[in-house]
Amino acid sequence: MSLRGLSPRFWISATLIIVIVLIALLGPLLVSIDPNATIGGLYDRPRCCGTMLLGTDNEGQSVLANLVYGTRTSLIVGLLAGVIATVIGLLIGLVSGYRGGWIDDLLTAVTNVGLAIPAIVVIILVSVSLPKRNIYTLALVIGLTAWFWVARAVRAQASSVRTREHIDVARLSGAGFWSILARDILPYLLSYVVMAAVLQVSGAILFESTLSLLGLGPGDATSLGTMLYWAIAWGSVRTGAWWAFVPPTLMLTLIVFSLLLLQSSLNEVFNPRLRRGRAARKKTKLSAADEEAIERSRPEVVGAAGLLETPASSGTEAR
Amino acid sequence: MGTLVDARNIRGVYYLGGKDLVAVDDVSVRIEEGEVLGLAGESGSGKTTLGSIISLIARPPLHVEQGTLEIDGKVQELGGDAKIPRTWRGAVVSMLPQGAMNSLSPTKRVRHLVYDVLRSHDRKITKDEALDRARERITTLGLPARVLDAYPHQLSGGMKQRTVTIISTLLNPRLLVADEPTSALDVTSQKILIEMLLEMLDKKIMSGVIFVTHDLPVLRTVASKIAVMYEGRIVERGPTEVMVDHPQHPYTQALMSSVLAPEPKYTRTRIEGMSSFDRKLFNAPEVIHR
Amino acid sequence: MSAIYTVEHLTKTFGHGKAAVHAVEDVSFDLAAGGITVIVGESGSGKSTVARMLLGLLPVTSGRLVFQDKDVTHLKGHARTAYWRDVQAVFQDPFSSFNQFFTVGTLLSRSVRLVGRDVGKQRLEESLGHVGMDLSVLDRYPHQLSGGQRQRVMIARALMMRPKLLIADEATSMLDASLRVNILNVLKDLRDELGMTILFITHDIGQACYLADRILVMENGAMIEQGPTDEVIFNPQHEYTKRLLADVPKLHTAIELGDLHESVETP
Repeated sequence: MSLRGLSPRFWISATLIIVIVLIALLGPLLVSIDPNATIGGLYDRPRCCGTMLLGTDNEGQSVLANLVYGTRTSLIVGLLAGVIATVIGLLIGLVSGYRGGWIDDLLTAVTNVGLAIPAIVVIILVSVSLPKRNIYTLALVIGLTAWFWVARAVRAQASSVRTREHIDVARLSGAGFWSILARDILPYLLSYVVMAAVLQVSGAILFESTLSLLGLGPGDATSLGTMLYWAIAWGSVRTGAWWAFVPPTLMLTLIVFSLLLLQSSLNEVFNPRLRRGRAARKKTKLSAADEEAIERSRPEVVGAAGLLETPASSGTEAR
Repeated sequence: MGTLVDARNIRGVYYLGGKDLVAVDDVSVRIEEGEVLGLAGESGSGKTTLGSIISLIARPPLHVEQGTLEIDGKVQELGGDAKIPRTWRGAVVSMLPQGAMNSLSPTKRVRHLVYDVLRSHDRKITKDEALDRARERITTLGLPARVLDAYPHQLSGGMKQRTVTIISTLLNPRLLVADEPTSALDVTSQKILIEMLLEMLDKKIMSGVIFVTHDLPVLRTVASKIAVMYEGRIVERGPTEVMVDHPQHPYTQALMSSVLAPEPKYTRTRIEGMSSFDRKLFNAPEVIHR
Repeated sequence: MSAIYTVEHLTKTFGHGKAAVHAVEDVSFDLAAGGITVIVGESGSGKSTVARMLLGLLPVTSGRLVFQDKDVTHLKGHARTAYWRDVQAVFQDPFSSFNQFFTVGTLLSRSVRLVGRDVGKQRLEESLGHVGMDLSVLDRYPHQLSGGQRQRVMIARALMMRPKLLIADEATSMLDASLRVNILNVLKDLRDELGMTILFITHDIGQACYLADRILVMENGAMIEQGPTDEVIFNPQHEYTKRLLADVPKLHTAIELGDLHESVETP
């Protein structure tokens, strides 16, 4: 899959995400102090440079250090929860969409119930009743409540791929149930699944922040959400200590924005025909299949202006 | 009977981001008044591309690098950045694309397409006038007027194809380019469509037809002249019966001999496909039968 | 020749009540072992539905299918997988019957696994040879092959199982005329060299004339005429068959075109 001709959207979002990940991975090494270490008083103003770059929070800890560690926590929770939700939704959607019958009916019923119940309520109730709240249990809870949407979407796609002829050929070749799912259906859905996963991760990050903001966050780690919780609880908004709430808010916004931007540009990555870009002109001998494909892609040419438009030909008659 | 359309030195190239495909390579073709010219060839021969260039609807990635079109004494430059007058499309030359009958909007009645077509050329025409014109044309050509009020799924394949054929000629174009109009139809509907096309020519609804297809027996029935294309060039052209019974060019000979028909000679013999012909011979120079 | 396959009163109905579609109605026929039988019908005749039922890909509404004296009407699970060792198929669209992510080698490796490694490798080379191809095609992707090449690979895939019956459903309809003859010749060779029984489905009576030992004509779900090729084509009995033969365009004789206003309207 070449990376030529991708729009600015893709490059900007990819760069942003790489920067954020680097902050999360390398930041703690560069900032080199414990985020829980007291280095100043209540809401000390920012001073250049070093650990006081963003001032101190309500406990006299470095906001910069907390920001860096908080980004890492939020990303870890988001990634874990997003992956859990995607994997579960993918499995259930695949089996449901391909198998059909009573299994499909059962799984669809479960999915529909899950979709109807507001996830935020479930998450809050479950979190409140958890004996121990750390980033892993939180990620699990978020993941287990978010897979329904993925399952429904994957099911729809799987049941449409199921009707294609290469599935019949696979069955006639003696391929088993799981083999067909993994090799004949999943690859056709992969682009969709990747885009869904990106959305899941960004959604999970927001969910975690919401929980933390409500005081239900991880008990043993700082996240961007917990920073905001303390910032609000200790009145930094009221007293104008902007360095306590603006940095985590900006970082959260940046993370979610770049993930959504990436997701919207992934269409081009997976579908090279949507890319724009100056075509280099080079004369090359084309294979017979290329020429056939050209004839088949004729619809770009055809379309008697305003008279009769033809839809993308499926290759049936194009000669 | 004079020359209706004279297309000269047409060169059409697909610009494909790194590779160029020369689809039509310096082709000239002429259609006389009242004539059906069959444009035959296989996948990749360029026949559809040539048809879309002549009917003035070529769009990127297809670029017409050079060529001229002469109709009724007016010469139109096709190559490079030439501006095609809007009024020509549909009214001077009209195209009936392949698969047109399947692209009727399923949620609109057929008469909506009629409005769109007629309005695109004459903003002042009212819906009633448009409908009357269409109705008159449709009944003259043997279809019931109710077709206009129907949804596409209520019509059979044959009726849909005849309907779109009529709609694409509502503006009385001089030339109709029809791309595989019979390919998706069953045998009886094919015959009726051919009969309708010939009657339209007789009534001078249009004055000439280019019939693009890979189906040679259909051309035997409908075309007065046949031109065979191979790899972007016309390799042989002449009157239908001569082309079919006495082809001279190696490619045409190979093509004609691979046609199967329900006739006695096909039940016992073995016919060899094109792979047994020497493909180098296919690049032999063009044969023109006068 | 004895019948290798017997179809009795086969019926397929989609939907219920007023919206019911009777795709296939009370169709009965035999397939003679080692011969080529062609079902000819236009779109909507039900011919492809018959093929899918014979293949076990579509459940039967009513009727009986008997293969080699065993009832195979309602097969499931292992019994159906075993059935697919003896009955194989080639479909119409050479593009969509290929998993575009597979090379030819990957596609055929499934069949190799099914018959066992050693036997499989040998059969792979033989099957490709039967369709005029060699092992060099194994690492090509479908988009690197032409339509005709893809269909031949599909036939090779079907041959890997050494089936007794090969069902080809409109296998040539999307190919150019010149390639069609090649595929039809491959099928003829399979009959002559391997004694394979072949059921070929098509709308093109010209191809049926070239290929078939027996022809079955279907219209609107019913089988309206059947018999040896010579009889059906040169001495048709049913009105539909006669009309079909008269209306099909021929290369060396012009068909009779009538007055547009007197031609029979297709409903």
